[in-house]
Amino acid sequence: MSAAKLLRTKIFPHTMLILFSVLFLFPFVWLVFTSLKSSTEIFELPPRIIPEAFQWSNYKAALETVPFGRYMLNTVIICVVCIIGQLFASPLVAYSISRIPWAGSKVIFAIVLATMILPSQVQLIPQYIIFAKLGWINTILPLTIGAFFGAPFYIFLLRQFLLGIPRELSEAAKMDGASEFRIYSQIILPTLKPALATVALFTFVGAYTDFMGPLIYLNDAAKWTLTLGLQGFQQDHGAQWEKLMAASTIMAIPMILLYFFGQKYYMQSGSAFTGFK
Amino acid sequence: MRDSVSGKTSLRRKGWTRKEWHYFWLGLIFASPWIIGFLIFTVYPFFSSLYFSLTEYDLFNPPRWVGMDNYKAIMKDHNFYKSISNTLFMAFISVPVTLFSSLLIAMLLNFKVKGINYYRTIFYLPAVIPGVASALLWTWMLNPDFGLVNIFLRWAGLPDPAWLLDPQFTKPSLILMGLWGSGAGALIFLAALQGVPQTYYEAAEVDGANWWYRFWKITVPALSPIILFQLIMGLIGAFQIFTESYILAGGKAGGGNSLGGPAQSLLFYAVNLYQEAFINLKMGYASALAWILFIIVMLITLLVLKTSKRWVYYGGE
Repeated sequence: MSAAKLLRTKIFPHTMLILFSVLFLFPFVWLVFTSLKSSTEIFELPPRIIPEAFQWSNYKAALETVPFGRYMLNTVIICVVCIIGQLFASPLVAYSISRIPWAGSKVIFAIVLATMILPSQVQLIPQYIIFAKLGWINTILPLTIGAFFGAPFYIFLLRQFLLGIPRELSEAAKMDGASEFRIYSQIILPTLKPALATVALFTFVGAYTDFMGPLIYLNDAAKWTLTLGLQGFQQDHGAQWEKLMAASTIMAIPMILLYFFGQKYYMQSGSAFTGFK
Repeated sequence: MRDSVSGKTSLRRKGWTRKEWHYFWLGLIFASPWIIGFLIFTVYPFFSSLYFSLTEYDLFNPPRWVGMDNYKAIMKDHNFYKSISNTLFMAFISVPVTLFSSLLIAMLLNFKVKGINYYRTIFYLPAVIPGVASALLWTWMLNPDFGLVNIFLRWAGLPDPAWLLDPQFTKPSLILMGLWGSGAGALIFLAALQGVPQTYYEAAEVDGANWWYRFWKITVPALSPIILFQLIMGLIGAFQIFTESYILAGGKAGGGNSLGGPAQSLLFYAVNLYQEAFINLKMGYASALAWILFIIVMLITLLVLKTSKRWVYYGGE
């Protein structure tokens, strides 16, 4: 291999990848190490990157200062209900627009895509008024009910997958006289499992990280989610960076674990867009 | 009996066979969750927010019709102009910068070298951190005295700005945060890059085309539909920036004027709207703001779509 080619195909890529990796990883390292420093050590200059002694007590202190356990439970309940809703509605709609030859399928798909570019703020206030009139403020209903009607992004994602499933698979069953619902639930849904896992994962992430929704609809501190709890923690203990970073780490850990275990699903969502014409 | 016969003739008139009707009803039933949701949570709110925008409404007293007063008041509102200019800054500077960075990262991840999967994991990781947690982390990273960024800048002998305290640097701070999360966009670009036929590059190389030429003549055109998609989603996202600003500016629920950060440099459109609606309880006024937002976003999207005809290539099909 010539020197020039070695530089181009090996040395340059590796150098750049390592450089960017360091840039991307350093904030994490800083987050975790700050969370393990003592309250005086965080203000030391020049800073010690690795703490002198790991202060695991910061985590205990953070968990005891605010009821993170309760926030976690509230968050998980919202996430699970949203997943159930999305897994019920989104595949049904995606099936309708991709595999049932009916007059409305193109119209529905066009409107689904169009709503993706509609700023949610336009609907926000009337929705709030509806939920307020129904007496749903301070309940999880405003944050979860929408999931039972499907979401444009997931409908689009599932449609991309459905288009890839060969027609013959359902044709044969149709010949045998199976109803559309039977074909949907017994043939299509099982083949759609990886895509449904992607939808479940993204729904979880969306509900877990949502801030504005809970901020608007949950006033009572006992009903708060993790995002609100963390923000409240910052309000009351803003100067205690080591505890704040411990709390942030706690909040980030489930997302990082989900990412490591669900990597292939993230990749799938990326590739779904390449079929977007 | 007569009914069924007349029913049949009416079908004939429309020219639909039994089978077509069968599929029509099936399609409608399968799509019904979304159709119902669309009517309740999109169509109805859409038009009722138009109505509310013409009223004065504080949630407790019935809406009072005021005609165009809200819109007239907005035209004189300092916060409106401040939030528009802040938001446009993010849309026209942060969005392209982040897009470019995503593309760059995707190209790096497209190298066929050992351990590329590890790099993929690392570059995407920041994108999975919840917005609140990453905003808090960056508040600490950008602390003027003890933050890692300034410690590094001082060490390198560069000026160290007071990031989140200096109105000139608050938006660049947000851009920096955005760059850290640009692995999400990179993932979409990467999938598209892998679909570009390698033979194009090989042919260009044989012709002696340099890297820059190949980037502009092969990579960018091949990715242009995805660039367009990400650009539009990014622009719409820029108009909805909320959490980062709320956390970085240390917004207090019910705390009146504390939103918006130093010299209101982080008062974005969605933040201003939230403040008017849920802190000041001016639902009518906020609805008018929402409608103006809708019109601005529509105009920008249409403009981008229209100009995109010149630079987006849908190869083959």
